[in-house]
Amino acid sequence: MAEPRDDQSATGTRELVSFAIGEQDFCMDIMLVREIRGWTNVTMLPHAPSYILGVINLRGAVVPIVDLASRLGLIPLEPTPRHVIIIAVLGDQTVGFLVSAVSDILGIAPSEIKPPPRMGSDATAGFIEGVIASDDRMLRILDIATVLPRIRLPEEA
Amino acid sequence: MSSLDEIKQMFFLECDELLEALNDGLADIEAHLPTTQGYDSEIVNAVFRNVHSIKGGAASFGLDAIVRFSHSFETVLDKMRSGQLAPDAESMRVLQRSADHLADLVAAGRAGDGSEGPLNDALVAQLARLAEGQGPADSGRIDHPGASDAGEDAPIGADELLQHADAEDLTFAPLALSTDPLDLPSPSRTRFSIELRPTAELFANGHEPLYLFRELAALGDLVVTADAGALPAFADLSAKRPYLGWRLDLLTERSEDDIREIFEFVETLAEIRIEADPAESTSEPEAGPGGPRPEGPEIDECSAAQASRGDIGSDQESTTAVPPVAIANDETLGSTSRPQSALADTAYRAQETPAVGALGDAKGGAKSPKSTVRVDLDLVDSLINIVGELVINQSVLTQSVSESHVANRADLGASLDEYKSLALQIQENVMSLRAQSVKQLFQRMARIVRETSEVAGKDVDFETEGEDTEIDKTVIERLIEPLTHILRNAIDHGLEATEARRGAGKSPTGTVRLSASHRSGRVLIEVADDGAGIDRRRVFDIAAGKGLVARDAQLSDGEIDRLLFLPGFSTKDQVTDLSGRGVGMDVVQSAIRKLGGRVSITSTPGRGTTFAISLPLTLAVLDGMVVDVAGQTMVVPITSVVETIRPDGEHVHRMGASAEVLNVRDSLVPIVDLGRAFRYRATGLGLTDLVLLLVETEQGERWALAVDRIIDQRQVVIKSLEGNYGHVPGVAAATILGDGKIALIIDPEETARIAERELAPLSPLVTANGD
Repeated sequence: MAEPRDDQSATGTRELVSFAIGEQDFCMDIMLVREIRGWTNVTMLPHAPSYILGVINLRGAVVPIVDLASRLGLIPLEPTPRHVIIIAVLGDQTVGFLVSAVSDILGIAPSEIKPPPRMGSDATAGFIEGVIASDDRMLRILDIATVLPRIRLPEEA
Repeated sequence: MSSLDEIKQMFFLECDELLEALNDGLADIEAHLPTTQGYDSEIVNAVFRNVHSIKGGAASFGLDAIVRFSHSFETVLDKMRSGQLAPDAESMRVLQRSADHLADLVAAGRAGDGSEGPLNDALVAQLARLAEGQGPADSGRIDHPGASDAGEDAPIGADELLQHADAEDLTFAPLALSTDPLDLPSPSRTRFSIELRPTAELFANGHEPLYLFRELAALGDLVVTADAGALPAFADLSAKRPYLGWRLDLLTERSEDDIREIFEFVETLAEIRIEADPAESTSEPEAGPGGPRPEGPEIDECSAAQASRGDIGSDQESTTAVPPVAIANDETLGSTSRPQSALADTAYRAQETPAVGALGDAKGGAKSPKSTVRVDLDLVDSLINIVGELVINQSVLTQSVSESHVANRADLGASLDEYKSLALQIQENVMSLRAQSVKQLFQRMARIVRETSEVAGKDVDFETEGEDTEIDKTVIERLIEPLTHILRNAIDHGLEATEARRGAGKSPTGTVRLSASHRSGRVLIEVADDGAGIDRRRVFDIAAGKGLVARDAQLSDGEIDRLLFLPGFSTKDQVTDLSGRGVGMDVVQSAIRKLGGRVSITSTPGRGTTFAISLPLTLAVLDGMVVDVAGQTMVVPITSVVETIRPDGEHVHRMGASAEVLNVRDSLVPIVDLGRAFRYRATGLGLTDLVLLLVETEQGERWALAVDRIIDQRQVVIKSLEGNYGHVPGVAAATILGDGKIALIIDPEETARIAERELAPLSPLVTANGD
């Protein structure tokens, strides 16, 4: 990834990919998204947290798939071929996120982004970087860095 | 100037090779001790040239410490090759330490921000003593053809600029004189006289006249005369301008075009004049007193590098480098050395140049050069990755073709088979790109042994075998630390003190032997000492004292030996500088395990201890048994599978609520149901429906892994899980199967340990082994 964010810094707008998990709308920075693909069967990983569905073969690389719903504390999705995997790259880590559907690509001015409302101890709250209220919808901007599975244990193999 | 950095990098890469050759040469000389005249003078020459080349390169980058040190170093070597100093054990020790120190200086220079490692003054002093003390008087020199002089007389340090340019002469004369070509009747030859006057651009573009001369020398007999007539007074000398020109006299059977071809790339960068001199064309027998050329003392090779100094990295591998001052004062330099033989004058110069050329490969004269290219390791790795995917893609394709039933066409099947074999061939070849001989590793270890034995005050004879064995480069790099540990242990703990050895009726000099060999698809590296062997009673006492093992445990000899690998175990009563911080052998074991290898110990009291490291040839593929575990396809590394068993009821015994053991020829082996261990299913299936894989660790612990079915046995490409995810307990890595699906590669030992922990909280050491 590591593509320059020229267009953003020039215009001040952020480009976001919006997607649905169950009934709720979320979005993430488009610069993080490498590709979007349909659901394929995963290989289960033993001893993994419940939100890790398993790993898939992405052109020779082993990529873990995170059930975002489960990660955010929502009702876990039952993956079907109609579900979508968003492949995101953060630093040197490539991870796939299972979502219900990808909806749109939005250009959002920073002024439109509001800080997340205080929701106390809600499981999702910690992963939300900001919200965008537009018309009748509310978009939650995911902070991908906190959503990423923290599996890499310091302990030795 | 960024290209300077590049050249500097190249210099350091060359240094590696030169240092390797240097160590080789020294070892060679040492091997020929103590017969003072037995060693091949060419070996000494080669060693000298190695040091000289490093010095030359270092000088052009202003690495003064290296220059200064290698100067002292080569002074001694020079005495040696001229026969004034006979190598003995003592001087060889100094030389080897010097080689080590030179390697340090080079490493410091490479890492350096300009600063260099401290010069080892004591070593310099020792070298100086060798150079002065043991050489015969100056007058004796004349009797030695090829004796060099002048160079070592130049003061060091007085003038840094001149220092590296002291008049080292290339005295390969003895070799040259004896070569055959001189005696062969030559076909018709033409004498060409060539004039070369380079412009500054030639050097700015990185050309080096010396190389041109070498190429010319390969065509025939070459005499090079430097024309220093254009040199200004020293005060007016500009470092960036070339002042030297050369007259070259070439007697060859080749045509003028062949000669022009050599100058092809510098045509526009230098004045070049080539003239054939038909009068001199002859088919003369070359040799003969007086020779055809009367130039005699006027001829000299003047380092091409000399002219280029200040511009680019100069190559001072060879030839005379004469102080500019001297040139300015005396245009017709007396050659600094003169072979005394009648054959000498004309013949030897032409011959020495090819000898120099052979050096380019840094192997010294004796071995025939193997042509190589240097490739960025990242490039090789990315190639390996791509090829890995090609192989996967091939099997995906084959599988989908066979599923789509278009494959009734024989030609398609044949093409696919060919594709497969090509893909595998490419993979094999690409993998071998990463393979490297263990030679450098062994040389490094030789140094460790030298240093350790010195500190430990033990005489050690270090033997190596199988230096040409090739292993993956990464494996070699990661072997440095464990091998260092093992060798230090072997010397510090393994070998007895000299007195004790005498008492035991052994030679006072201990032997440590490092060997490498290929054995059935793996690499076996062994470190053997002829020391006292492992004192098992003490080992057990210490382990028990530290609570690592129960006092009343009954352990076999092998099990006691393996206690050494336990974390926190250290046998030496006092902690020494060398080993014994208690982080020794367990670190070794985990390092080797990470490489997919195994360590084992065998020890005979009074006879010595052997550590055997068995390693996979490559880190990229492994031979695996593909199995079905509760619907998931998994891979078990075949190296750990001892046998497969289809159990029947009478050999399986229940222990407690859920644990089961298998009776294998009267030894009880715990059964680990992989489906349950990985939580793929909640309850165990009836064991008679399963297949058991008997696996064994390097400690000899055994488990029976229960799987649903064995699917296949094949080579799989190892894909890391750690990069995108992290470590999965019980899983070593992943691979991609023929259908494009990912399968996990099981780490049998870890899996079993996890299962063991969950099932039965027993003290593992006491219960792990059932014999």
